[in-house]
Amino acid sequence: MTDRPYTLRRGVYVLGQGIRRAPRTFAVAVVGSALYGVMTAGTAWALGRVTATVITPAFRAGRLDAGRLAGGAGLMTAVVLLLVAGVILRRVAAGRTVYDLGAIYRRRVTAQYLRLPLSWHGRHPAGQLLSNANADVEATWQVFAPLPMAIGVVVMLVVAAVSMLLADPVLALIGLCVFPVVFVVNVLFQRRMSPRVTLAQQLRADVSDVAHESFEGAMVIKAMGREAGETARFAATAHRLRAANVEVGRTRGVFDPIMEAIPSLGTLAVLAVGASRVASGATSAAEVVQVAYLFALLAFPVRALGWVLGELPRSVVGWDRVDAVLRATGGLAYGDATLDGEGAAAVSLQHVDFAHVDVEGRSVPALTDVTFDVAPGSTTAVVGATGSGKSTITALLVRLVDPDRGAVRIDGVDLREVVEGGVAGAASLVAQQTFLFDDTVRGNITLGDPALDDPDDRRVWAALRLAQADAFVAGLAHGLDTQVGERGTTLSGGQRQRIALARALVRRPRLLVLDDATSAVDPHVEAAILAGLRESGDGTTVVVVAYRKATIALADDVVLIEHGRVIDRGSHADLSQRSAPYRHLVEAYEREAQARADAEAGVPA
Amino acid sequence: MSVAEEQQRIGSAAVPTVAQTLRRGVQLSPELRTGLGVTLLLAVGATGGRVVVPFAVQQTIDRGLMAPTGPDAGAVTGLLAGAAGLVALTAVCAYFVNLRLFRATEGGLATLRIGAFRHVHDLSVLTQNTERRGSLVSRVTSDVDTISNFVQFGGLLLILSALQLTVATVLMLVYSPLLTAVVWACFLPVFALARPMQRAVSTAYGRVRERVGGVLSAVSESVVGASTIRAYAVERRTGERVDAAVESHRVAAVQAQTRVALTFSSGVLVSGLVSVMVVVVGTWRGVGGHLSLGELLAFLFLVQLFTGPVQIGTEVLNELQNAVAGWRRVLAVVDTPADVADPGDAGQALPRGPITVRFDHVSYAYPGGPTVLHDVDLTIAPRSRVAIVGETGSGKTTFAKLLTRLMDPSTGMVLIDEVDLRDVRFSSLRERVVLVPQDGFLFDDTLLANVRFARPDASADEVRLAFTELGLGDWLEGLPRGLETAVGQRGESLSAGERQLVALARAYLADPDLLVLDEATSAVDPATEVRIQRALDGLSRGRTAISIAHRLSTAEAADEVLVVDAGCVVERGPARELVGRGGAYARLHESWVAQRSV
Repeated sequence: MTDRPYTLRRGVYVLGQGIRRAPRTFAVAVVGSALYGVMTAGTAWALGRVTATVITPAFRAGRLDAGRLAGGAGLMTAVVLLLVAGVILRRVAAGRTVYDLGAIYRRRVTAQYLRLPLSWHGRHPAGQLLSNANADVEATWQVFAPLPMAIGVVVMLVVAAVSMLLADPVLALIGLCVFPVVFVVNVLFQRRMSPRVTLAQQLRADVSDVAHESFEGAMVIKAMGREAGETARFAATAHRLRAANVEVGRTRGVFDPIMEAIPSLGTLAVLAVGASRVASGATSAAEVVQVAYLFALLAFPVRALGWVLGELPRSVVGWDRVDAVLRATGGLAYGDATLDGEGAAAVSLQHVDFAHVDVEGRSVPALTDVTFDVAPGSTTAVVGATGSGKSTITALLVRLVDPDRGAVRIDGVDLREVVEGGVAGAASLVAQQTFLFDDTVRGNITLGDPALDDPDDRRVWAALRLAQADAFVAGLAHGLDTQVGERGTTLSGGQRQRIALARALVRRPRLLVLDDATSAVDPHVEAAILAGLRESGDGTTVVVVAYRKATIALADDVVLIEHGRVIDRGSHADLSQRSAPYRHLVEAYEREAQARADAEAGVPA
Repeated sequence: MSVAEEQQRIGSAAVPTVAQTLRRGVQLSPELRTGLGVTLLLAVGATGGRVVVPFAVQQTIDRGLMAPTGPDAGAVTGLLAGAAGLVALTAVCAYFVNLRLFRATEGGLATLRIGAFRHVHDLSVLTQNTERRGSLVSRVTSDVDTISNFVQFGGLLLILSALQLTVATVLMLVYSPLLTAVVWACFLPVFALARPMQRAVSTAYGRVRERVGGVLSAVSESVVGASTIRAYAVERRTGERVDAAVESHRVAAVQAQTRVALTFSSGVLVSGLVSVMVVVVGTWRGVGGHLSLGELLAFLFLVQLFTGPVQIGTEVLNELQNAVAGWRRVLAVVDTPADVADPGDAGQALPRGPITVRFDHVSYAYPGGPTVLHDVDLTIAPRSRVAIVGETGSGKTTFAKLLTRLMDPSTGMVLIDEVDLRDVRFSSLRERVVLVPQDGFLFDDTLLANVRFARPDASADEVRLAFTELGLGDWLEGLPRGLETAVGQRGESLSAGERQLVALARAYLADPDLLVLDEATSAVDPATEVRIQRALDGLSRGRTAISIAHRLSTAEAADEVLVVDAGCVVERGPARELVGRGGAYARLHESWVAQRSV
């Protein structure tokens, strides 16, 4: 986020951006506002005219001319109708401008979220991003609600200034001094207001962030009985927001009355000077009255101008926060190579280094000089202790991230040269932590790909069968049409994993990457899944992160990772024989069972 | 949807009326009322000050400029100086009105926000899951913000407008009762139509609030699901879903805005037509000699005094509907009963020590769903280590949730130390019984802060010791920044296995008497899992430990195994005995061994 100071110029720039993106509705609103302004003056004019031509003659004559009275009433009614038309036009169009702009920018902001790389997401809390898309966009464009009115006011001010100048230039100039005063007051106000609004808007995002995180972790909070602690954390942020809002209100509370007082004091000044000018015979009382009256009329419209000026700092702050998202760069670049070869893919990692960037911008090495190949159609198991870098390898294989050094290739093509969507078209990852969309079971599997939408869901069911999920899906109340709820809350962990697996399998990927993707599935179900994969897996290269020996044994090849480096590689049998770290890892259960059996044997029953 | 299920949802009760909403809202934010009398007095002053300038103009003209003796500069100066003083005083009044209003309303809204936040956490897990997270967030953020506009100025303006309306009516009556009747007759349809129009505005605003929740949920999904979206290149589809939510919000907002504009302009229209009617009727009466020209013109100005507050009133009422729409969504949370409630001071606090667990004919069915646990009746001895095994969907996790009172049984009782869980104070229960769920959610903070979550007063050394005692000292040392490692959002800078290690340390530090592990090490490598298992074995002596696992290594290490199948406990005993029985456990064991022995 930028910390550029607020200036009126930047406020006008934001207004310009808005007008550029919604020129038509804005123009209609301004026309409505002008119509309203003209007709406001028209009301006085019509009443004057009717008084002069209808009412006064009638009173004087003591006789009612029905035709004339009807004509007068008709004129007044016409003005009223036009006035109302102006109000409707201005209000509806101003509302549309605000919400059209809001929608445009919400779409642009979320399009950025979808485009920016995962490393960017890692540095930006979800609650903050929610606030950028919602509260900040709203803060930016809210000013367009009073703006058309204010523009109408400016027109009125110009007209008023001209008629004042015509009436008495000296008085008019005194009166016009009001404008520089309004300007100076406004500059002072903006200077005080801007940091306060910035703080309030940031705190608004913080409140959203604490709430979002806390509700996501609701289960853990409950299980640990930390509701009071969480409430205290939220309350601290909410009270900071309250204090910041009161400060904003205090500043606004000074500004609004001053803005209101300025034209009043201006009127009094005009009267004072006018009185002495009348006394010296420089002007007539009638002209003083006219200028003073015009001034009194302006008091309300100047307040409307004040609303816009008062709202502008918030707009600029909102804009800065939204703009920071829109300007963020670093999306993955794409090339034009394709991966639409037939059959299983060949995979290679060459001297790959990768480091995570933590929240504070420090780099934390995860992989160092990782090199291995996977032959087409073969299965490779990646084995290593918790936290050794296995998941990072899976992320590189489907290009969720790019290596810092070295290259990841499929069919000899560096993934960085592949067209957008090309890697996903060839390779599917089933992540350790499954993510389901708030959609139906079918929607979560096809992800809206029309190629997978056959009328009898044949391919979907086949994938579900392979993932050992067909039985439970068939048992759901609405089968494939069952809504799984947000993040799949209505399903168990094992069920979610199997849906995620089916999502990958239905695509018949040329490379299937499984990141401990069956950890929540029962052993015999996993065995059935693996057997199915093996039978149907001719066209697929599989890279699997696994701990279970049954899974590993299915692999043609095992890559052993320790602290982000490949320390050994070979078949399961080879590694079992020659690698102590490997045995330590994969034979832990047997060792434990043996130790227990020994202990029991040693102790008389 | 069944009645039971209906009750579990937020906002399933009847929609409260505007009056009920306001009453309940003010009740929940008592700050809104504090010092209102003084504020109102100041506001009358600030509003009354607005007549100073017109009055000064008239006086200057009549007494100064048009004085029979010619313009009197001295009198004018004195008058104007006095007026300037009053204008300044008015501004000061207005400042204090603003400040007092901001203080009161922001205070009230903070209280409401915090109360609603707390209540979300007090709701049962089931109720929490009926609502989208993004929607819950909007209920404590933007829905509350919606209320602020109205409570800051609207309520006050409404009162002042009513005041002005009364004064104007009295003055008009003085001039002409007949014309006053004409004015009121014109406005009666407006007042009569106000209700249905307000209702239409209210519906529209209600829809807007709902769709804001929808937008937040859609955006939240695109942010939280970022890696899945990229892995499957479904950016466009997700974008379309977000766009659809954004568009439906826009449509609803524009519709609400249009209805507001129409309501407001109906007031403007009638105000204008009233003047026409007054001119027509007034001229007719004047010609008849019942009214002078001056009186008619004066009356026309009084009409302006009358129509002004009517227009402000419609504006404020629209704002009120918006506030009520937001308020209703917040109140819906606060007024949803927390069906798994803390008995509080009425409940018992249990002394610390080894825990006995008893299930007394417990059955459980999800609201509107099938029964998932059938008549479970068993006792778990203190200090024992029990493993619960069974296939996915057999009811294992339900067992854990009942044991830790995340849910209450449909029938029967869960007792610890012979006390019904429903009668145990949460403060005592959560201290003694801790659940480690499979997905150990971490907060966006350091490792240290996350482990300390369970016991905020624990020192860094105690946290380090927890890792060491669990056999995880090496892992911790392997992290370049040790306990200061930032875990990222939801802990996603760590791998799923590492998150489980932290969650385990967190529970371990809490030092409960009953530890319930629900697949708590499912993503951890076997060597580490065995190490943790051993550490827990050694350390859980003296406490009761219940583990739910599908890896039978856990079962083999337990004193006793409970085998759950289709919601019933079908077998019970030490693992080595069950293997020989040829039942459900034997079958599970067979596939487990088949997996290992390659």
